[in-house]
Amino acid sequence: MDMKRSYYEDIELFGSGTVLFWAIILLAGLLAAPFFATQYHVYLFNLILVHIIVAVGLNILVGSTGQIALGHGGFFAIGAFVTVLLMTKLQLPFFVALLGSAFIAAFFGFLLGLPALRLEGPYLAIATLAFGLAIMHIIGHMELFGGRTGLSAPPLDIGIPQLGFSWVLHSQVSKYYLILAITVGMVLFAINILKTKAGRAFVAIRDSEIAAEVIGINLAVYKTLAFAVSAFYAGIAGGLYAFVLGFFDPFTFNLILSVIFLVMVVVGGLGSVMGAIAGATLITYLMYDLFKNVGEVPVVGDLLVSFSRQWLTVSGIDNFNLIALGLVMIGIIIFEPLGIFGAWIRVKKYWKTWPF
Amino acid sequence: MAFFNVAHLHISFGGLKAVNNISFDVQRNEIFSIIGPNGSGKTTIFNLISGIYRPDEGRIVLEGENMVGKTPDRIARKGIARTFQNIELFANATVMDNLMLGRHIHMRTGIFGGAFMFGSRSRAAREEVAHREKVERIIDFLELQSVRDQFVGGLAYGKRKLVELGRALAMEPKVMLLDEPSAGMNTEEKDDLTIWIKDIRDDFQVTILLIEHDMNMIMGISDRVLAMNQGREIIQGAPGEVQRHPEVIKAYLGEEAIA
Ligand SMILES: Nc1ncnc2c1ncn2[C@@H]1O[C@H](COP(=O)(O)OP(=O)(O)OP(=O)(O)O)[C@@H](O)[C@H]1O
Ligand SMILES: [Mg+2]
Repeated sequence: MDMKRSYYEDIELFGSGTVLFWAIILLAGLLAAPFFATQYHVYLFNLILVHIIVAVGLNILVGSTGQIALGHGGFFAIGAFVTVLLMTKLQLPFFVALLGSAFIAAFFGFLLGLPALRLEGPYLAIATLAFGLAIMHIIGHMELFGGRTGLSAPPLDIGIPQLGFSWVLHSQVSKYYLILAITVGMVLFAINILKTKAGRAFVAIRDSEIAAEVIGINLAVYKTLAFAVSAFYAGIAGGLYAFVLGFFDPFTFNLILSVIFLVMVVVGGLGSVMGAIAGATLITYLMYDLFKNVGEVPVVGDLLVSFSRQWLTVSGIDNFNLIALGLVMIGIIIFEPLGIFGAWIRVKKYWKTWPF
Repeated sequence: MAFFNVAHLHISFGGLKAVNNISFDVQRNEIFSIIGPNGSGKTTIFNLISGIYRPDEGRIVLEGENMVGKTPDRIARKGIARTFQNIELFANATVMDNLMLGRHIHMRTGIFGGAFMFGSRSRAAREEVAHREKVERIIDFLELQSVRDQFVGGLAYGKRKLVELGRALAMEPKVMLLDEPSAGMNTEEKDDLTIWIKDIRDDFQVTILLIEHDMNMIMGISDRVLAMNQGREIIQGAPGEVQRHPEVIKAYLGEEAIA
C-alpha cells in the first residue's frame, strides 16, 4: 500500500466514510432547517451559529492553549462596531469590512496576549475581564461608535455595491445561509489548525511550558498567537452578530456575555471543537430560549416561575436564566468535568463494549 | 576547539553553590557521562546548557557558538535536545502528537497554511505526511507501535521515558542531554535502552551527554565520565579510571550505605 496515502488518511477532514456520511446528513439538515422553522427560530439559529464561531475560537485559547480569558465580549464588540463603521463610514464592501474588523480584533488579541505572558490563572482572568469592560466603556464614550445609543447595521449587501454589483440579504433566513457558510468555514479552519504545527504547539504549552520551550516552541509567539486567533474568531462572529441584531449598543457586550462565552467552552468540553459547538448550541438555547420563557418549560414551568418570583429576584423573573446557567455550570463541573464532549466519549465507549 | 565545550560554569541558589567551576569538552559522537550523588548538581548542569537557568559565570559553546544567554527555544533550534529526570511530556496528547512536536523546529506551516489544509496536495498536508514518515521511523526504532495512538498520560513509566527519548530524537539534534533515562526501568528495559543509546550515537550521529546512577550502564557505554560532588568536579576521564578514584568510591559507597 502506498504509505503516503495511509498517513494522509489520519489527518483527512473526513477520515472515514461514516464521518463523511454524517457530515452530509448534518449539512442537509442545516440547509433544510429554515423551511421548518418560524422566523423567531431562524433568529435563534443565527444566534447559535454566531456563538459557535466565538466558542470554537475561544476554545483554541482556553481549551487548547490553557489560557483563561474572560474578555471575549470585547473582541466580539470590536467585530460588530468596526464592521459596521467600515461599511458606513468608509463605504467598504461587507466582506472586506468583516475581515478588516476581525484582523483589528486579532491585533487587540495580540496586545492582550502580551501581559498574559507574565500572568497566570486568576490574574489572567482579571486582566482579560478588565479588558472586556474597558472596551465596552471606551466604545460607550466615543461619538464615533454611536455613544450610549449604539449603532444600527446598514443593509447587509454581500456584493460590491461600489462596483454596481449589489446583493442585499434582507431576511433572517437569507442571513442564516450566509452565517451558516461562514460558520462551517471557521469550524473547518479550526479543525485544521489544531491538527497542524500551531495547534500542536498550543497543546504543548498547555501541558508543559518547560517541555514546550526545550523542543523549540517560542512561548511568547504562540501564546500571543493563540490570543490573536481566538480574537479573530470573536471578531468575525461580532461582525455577523451586528446584522443578526440589526441594532446594538455597547451594553449588548457586557461582562455577562464574556462569562457566557467561557461557560459555552467549559460546558462543551475544553480542547474539543465538537465540544465547543455543542456547548455554544446548548447554552444559547438555554439562555435565549428555554430560560427566557421559563413558564413554558414542560411540567415544572409554573412552579419555577412562582419560585423565582418569590425567592430569586427583586425585579421580575429575568434573573432566572443566570441562576439556571450557574446551576448547569456547577452540575457539569461536578458530574462531567470533561463537558458534553467527555460524556459523548463515554457513551461511545459504552456502546462499543455493549452488551458486555 | 572541541565540538561542545563547557568552561568554568558557576551557579548559586541563595548561598548554595549548585555548580561550582565545572569545565569539560565533548567530542563529536562521544557519549559523555556525568555521575555523582543526589544533589551534586548534575541536573543543574543540564538546566544551564538548555537555557532554563542562566549561569552566574562560564561559557557553553556548541561548534564555536556561545549558548549562554539564549532562550531555551533558541538553544533547541541550535541542535540541543534533552529529556528530564521527572519526565516532561504533553500528557493530554497522543504518543504520535508528542513525537510530532519533536518535529516542531523543522516544520514551516504557519497558522494560515494550517487552516487551509484541504486535500492531500495542500502544502500543510504534504508537510504533515513528510514529518509523519520521520516520526514513524522513530516509532519503529523504539518499538512504540503498540502505543502510537494512546494518550501519554496513561502510559507506564518506562514507556513514557521512551516517548520522551523519541521526542528528543525527532528533533534531529546534534547534542542530546539524557537525565537518568533508565530510572524506574527493569533490567530488561535497561538493556534495550543501552543498545538504543548506542544506536542513537552511531546511526543517528548524535553526541550524547548522559546522567545516570546505574554504574553498569555508565561503565558499559561511556567514552568519558565526569564525577562530581556538591557542585564540584572530583575527576574526569575514562570510565575505569573514574571508577577507581577513591573519592568516587567513597561517594558511592556512602550513598549505598544510606540507601
Ligand atoms: N531552582 C533551584 N532553586 C534552588 N535550589 C536548587 C534549584 N535547582 C537545584 N537546586 C539545588 O541545587 C543542588 C543540585 O541539584 P541538582 O538537581 O542539580 O542535583 P542532581 O545532581 O541532579 O541530583 P539527583 O541525582 O538527585 O537528581 C541541590 O541541592 C538542589 O536542591
Ligand atoms: Mg538530577
